[in-house]
Amino acid sequence: MKDITKKRYTDGKPKLRRFHQARWDEPVIFELSREGERGILLPEVEDEVKDAVGDVLSTIPEVMRRKKPPKLPELCQSRVLRHYVRLSQETLGTDFNIDVGQGTCTMKYSPKVNEQLARMPQITEIHPLQDEETVQGILEVMYKFEQFLKEISGLYQFSVQPAAGSQGIYANASIIRAYHEARGEADQRREMITTIFSHPSDAACAKTAGFKVITLYPDEDGYPDLEALKAAVSERTAGLMITNPEDTGIFNPKIVEFVQVIHEAGGLCSYDEANANGILGITNAGKAGFDLCHFNLHKTFSSPHGCGGPAVGAIGVTKELAKFLPVPVIEFDGSKYHLNYDRPESIGKIRAFYGVAPVVLKAYAWTMSLGAKGLKEVAEIAVLNNNYLLTKLLKIRGISAPYAKGKRRIEQVRYSLEKLTRDTGVHSEEFGLRAADFGVHYWTSHHPWVVPEPCTLEPTESYSKADLDEYIEIMRRVSNEAYSNPELVKTAPHNSTIHKIDTTPFDDPSQWAMTWRAYRKKVAKEK
Amino acid sequence: MKKEKHTVHPYIPNSVPAVKSQMLKEVGAKSVEDFFEDVPEKLRLKKDMNLPKPFLSEYSLKKHVEAILSRNKTCQEYLNFLGAGCWQHYVPAVCDEVNQRGEFLTAYAGEPYDDHGRWQALFECASMMGELLNMDVVNVPTYDWLQAAATSIRMASRITNRREAFVSRTISADKLSKIRDYCKPETSIKILDYDSESGQVDLNLLKDKISSKTAAVYFENPSYLGSIEIHGDEISEIAHNHGALSIVGVDPISLGILAPPIEYGADIVCGDLQPFGMHMQFGGGHAGFIATRDEEKYVMEYPSRLFGIAPTSVEGEYGFGDVAYERTSFAVREECKEFIGTAAALWGITAGVYLALMGPQGIQEIGENIMQRSHYAMLQLSKIKGVKCPVFRSTHFKEFVVNFDDTGKTVAEINNALLKHKIFGGKDLTKEFPELGNSALYCVTEIHTKNDIGRLVDSLKEAVK
Repeated sequence: MKDITKKRYTDGKPKLRRFHQARWDEPVIFELSREGERGILLPEVEDEVKDAVGDVLSTIPEVMRRKKPPKLPELCQSRVLRHYVRLSQETLGTDFNIDVGQGTCTMKYSPKVNEQLARMPQITEIHPLQDEETVQGILEVMYKFEQFLKEISGLYQFSVQPAAGSQGIYANASIIRAYHEARGEADQRREMITTIFSHPSDAACAKTAGFKVITLYPDEDGYPDLEALKAAVSERTAGLMITNPEDTGIFNPKIVEFVQVIHEAGGLCSYDEANANGILGITNAGKAGFDLCHFNLHKTFSSPHGCGGPAVGAIGVTKELAKFLPVPVIEFDGSKYHLNYDRPESIGKIRAFYGVAPVVLKAYAWTMSLGAKGLKEVAEIAVLNNNYLLTKLLKIRGISAPYAKGKRRIEQVRYSLEKLTRDTGVHSEEFGLRAADFGVHYWTSHHPWVVPEPCTLEPTESYSKADLDEYIEIMRRVSNEAYSNPELVKTAPHNSTIHKIDTTPFDDPSQWAMTWRAYRKKVAKEK
Repeated sequence: MKKEKHTVHPYIPNSVPAVKSQMLKEVGAKSVEDFFEDVPEKLRLKKDMNLPKPFLSEYSLKKHVEAILSRNKTCQEYLNFLGAGCWQHYVPAVCDEVNQRGEFLTAYAGEPYDDHGRWQALFECASMMGELLNMDVVNVPTYDWLQAAATSIRMASRITNRREAFVSRTISADKLSKIRDYCKPETSIKILDYDSESGQVDLNLLKDKISSKTAAVYFENPSYLGSIEIHGDEISEIAHNHGALSIVGVDPISLGILAPPIEYGADIVCGDLQPFGMHMQFGGGHAGFIATRDEEKYVMEYPSRLFGIAPTSVEGEYGFGDVAYERTSFAVREECKEFIGTAAALWGITAGVYLALMGPQGIQEIGENIMQRSHYAMLQLSKIKGVKCPVFRSTHFKEFVVNFDDTGKTVAEINNALLKHKIFGGKDLTKEFPELGNSALYCVTEIHTKNDIGRLVDSLKEAVK
């Protein structure tokens, strides 16, 4: 027998995987409907109950009664399950790919034991308004996790209520607004400053909270520009909302000066810690003098991303700002945990009840599995992995890492394929779709593309050297293909569930269809 | 000095010392310290963070967390009549099966190719909600009903170019708080009182107050206090006559039997998907939806993701993608309508599973089922001496107000007594609606049996004695 192991298609040594994504050609669920089928039956109402209340539907005034049943699909239970399992197979979850390609998203391993814990009835089957005595367990988890974040960030008090990073940023913008209102300066301080390499939500949430946004561009070397900041601040400045390290992976070495300039102008500084994974235990918001911050528990603290939530954007503030935190805050009197609503200066509610408890639980369990040394090791290895990837990818034809030449990066890198595009005509987006043919994600970047033909990769601590080597081999392969056979790359994906989408309907009101009923009316011309 | 033993953590493969040093060598670094050269010395943490000693073994971690959680009492052990925005409905097993699949659970923001299934599942959720609501546009879910209501009001402000909205007082204090904070830059919020008899919107008051400055009238059906609003068409008409929009918040599980709000003139409909297959999770199972007609002036004011269907280069193949992406803050930062980001997609997928399981019959039956049980509960509670139930003269769906003034007991006292019987009584309304006296909001769903209701009645009889 030949030695099979020598020619395996596994990890690029010698050959790349012959990946093909599931392709079920799964119909839209309405097409699977068969009249009369049932997916689930309801608990039968007892005769005594029915007899006692009579025809309840007739008590609904005629105008408020539904006349025609909704045109929901009719399916037996196994068909519903099969449909959704197939759709799941057509979705590239982090559990089974080397997910370094979704830069800024911190796609780390989400431990299964934490998921098991979060699905215990002691958390799934509790109502948020139960007597406090009966929810001491979950309140303890939330309270203690807030204490962890205080220690990690150096800030004074936390709330885990915001349901995702952007909602956390919004809450912080609202707190900044409340602070200036309390000082009678709300009408004057209408400008929020951010940087172009901070997440778009720093700008967007400030705008949503009513601020005018001033965006700073980096200096020539890609560092946030202190002189530009000095020119932007004034008595109109409400605050600064920025990421650090920025989405380029560059840490702002003048961050203390940034904070000072804002403080001297009378503004507050809010730290978007979406990229905190590389600085856990290394530095923190308090050290740099920030007034507010937020952490994404679904990023840095390992809770799974759930196709885009549920999530938590925990917010932290200084002692001076604590009174503005959303209600309720969780307190501990030495023996009992308590929800305190009596906070007259609070900005009020940000999300229903107390946020997404199971996500907090998963983040708590993750932190408790690592401890202080473990968290620091997370940061160190994530950064090592990132710099390893950087070193190797820069050897691939057509890929560069603009800015901060010769310097190290923290958690991620915003690469540029500008040269590759110039040489081959292949754009970053097309490059990414070809990479997907090998079973990985690849993300360009948020707009605007200040870095031309960008690509943002973030390897986290979760991937082994062998994993990273495989990802690097995929990048090398696609680069080689771009130079040797650009058409192959430009027509990708080839191994995906579907082929090139015609995106023209998405921006055409006469064609766009956001529901099946709209599609049937507009495209299939059904009445 | 004894050297501390290094443990290779299962979540950090490259902490294997030999691998780590090889990688350092390959990148030309002496140690990991080299990577932090841009972090000024004065910003460096000099000591280990003060965090509890970790549980390195999975077993000990599990034991630790289980021990904490065991201090929670669940609605499986206790009989629960709390609702008020988070409702205990039965969660079909298939819902849990689908949302715990690693493919969905751990995916995030992939392209419409590698994450095709995610896009299709969310398009289908919007599509099934569209059928339930008779509306052609439904968003990819936002955080919760609070956010959905607040965004709906801001959308209305932008659509009408007006800066004032009326909000019915029969919404939760929490939601009003959220609306006030979130709408502050764009819309001032005015409260519309309710008719004390019926618990429904006071039409005369609305007629008096509404003006050409009004962007929208927001009310809920059924209301937070449980009444079915029967003047929906009149409210919408009054709004429309003044050039304002009608926004209706709904509990979607009522829509198998209650008319979809578009039939009584709603322009924007919002609500929460939690009843559709999400466990209560201490309030962790919420996802907000917003729906409108398919008109450009509405579509362009959504801050949300909107997933659309499209052909691909292969005949007979469906593709999906973002509709009017240039609206969103991902594309245009502060030029957006409002921000967008991660929200509650997994719950959107789950709600789709729920609706597919229920089908047209199931969704109709569950509405009737809930009404039968809640009406039975009201009937039984009303027989208890000193208990007034329901407080409002109106048709109720699954929630209703119970008043205990004539028992001489406070809601807190009664709920404490019920707790001893392993019952979570209704939400105490005395702070939120002081004008209702000693009243509580009770919730009865398809999970409450005749015996459960009997147990509540018996326990209440004892409690009010």
